[in-house]
Amino acid sequence: MRVGVVTFPGSLDDRDALRAVRLAGAEPVALWHGEHDLRGVDAIVLPGGFSYGDYLRCGAIAARSPIMAEVIDAANSGMPVLGICNGFQILVEAHLLPGGLIRNDHGDFIRRDQRLRVESTDSAWTNGFEVGQEITIPLKNGEGGFIADEATLDRLEGDGLVAFRYLDVNPNGSLRDIAGLRNERGNVVGLMPHPEHAVEPGFGPDTSLAMRSGVDGLTFFTSVLSATLASA
Amino acid sequence: MPTIVVEVMPKAELLDPAGKAVAGALHRLGHETIRDVRIGKRFELHVDGEVTDELLATVEQLAADMLSNGVIEDVVSIHVADLAQAEAAQ
Repeated sequence: MRVGVVTFPGSLDDRDALRAVRLAGAEPVALWHGEHDLRGVDAIVLPGGFSYGDYLRCGAIAARSPIMAEVIDAANSGMPVLGICNGFQILVEAHLLPGGLIRNDHGDFIRRDQRLRVESTDSAWTNGFEVGQEITIPLKNGEGGFIADEATLDRLEGDGLVAFRYLDVNPNGSLRDIAGLRNERGNVVGLMPHPEHAVEPGFGPDTSLAMRSGVDGLTFFTSVLSATLASA
Repeated sequence: MPTIVVEVMPKAELLDPAGKAVAGALHRLGHETIRDVRIGKRFELHVDGEVTDELLATVEQLAADMLSNGVIEDVVSIHVADLAQAEAAQ
């Protein structure tokens, strides 16, 4: 199975995402924003970073880059697409997920190991979790406040499209503590925290067992493997 | 060269943390009567040739689709800059 990771100008976590794909047992494929070529991948990750320096709005310019025409088509035909942090912002700007992401309500950039509750496992990227499972992965953003109008929020809740919710603290003022979403079909998932930074012992968040031993993020990438194998 | 100005503001009901920080600074400087500050964006589009109705319609579309995000922002104004006034000001 081939999982592509798109590099945009200003992407930061593309290498980490490629590494996470490899550690999960899939073949990582580097994709380039300026091309119209998905190189035959079976799933796509839009990584974190600050594409185009967050000019205009976070993710707004990247969402209109050449490769996004193919990414949007692929997403609409059911290919798994995961947007992490800036990737989530790109998915929202590309209208593949609803709502918007604005500057953190407290005005500061925040970086912390963030506890989350898994709210939906009906997606290509979350099927390896259990509903209600609590996980810890790093969070780092300046503009991670999720907003949408009340009707949209009610629809997201009613249709079970909230994939992750913040636990302990709401780090950025996101409405209803929403940390991540999935689409109706379950192939598109976006979230602000970073699963690709919690995939290898020695480099993840601290756990009660040992320092830096948290690997809760790996399940995102093993989930997509089983999702794609199941549909093949 | 004609200039089309597009102004975009964060939606009124949304928290504007940047504006709030500026308002806080103004209050610290003693400007208590300035109750609230909201920060928006002004785009100046310099265009070749005449500003036609067709071009304005295109800009209107671009303002809605790309220069703003309707979930978090409103386009509050699209107008052609008054060049005579701008030159007189210089």
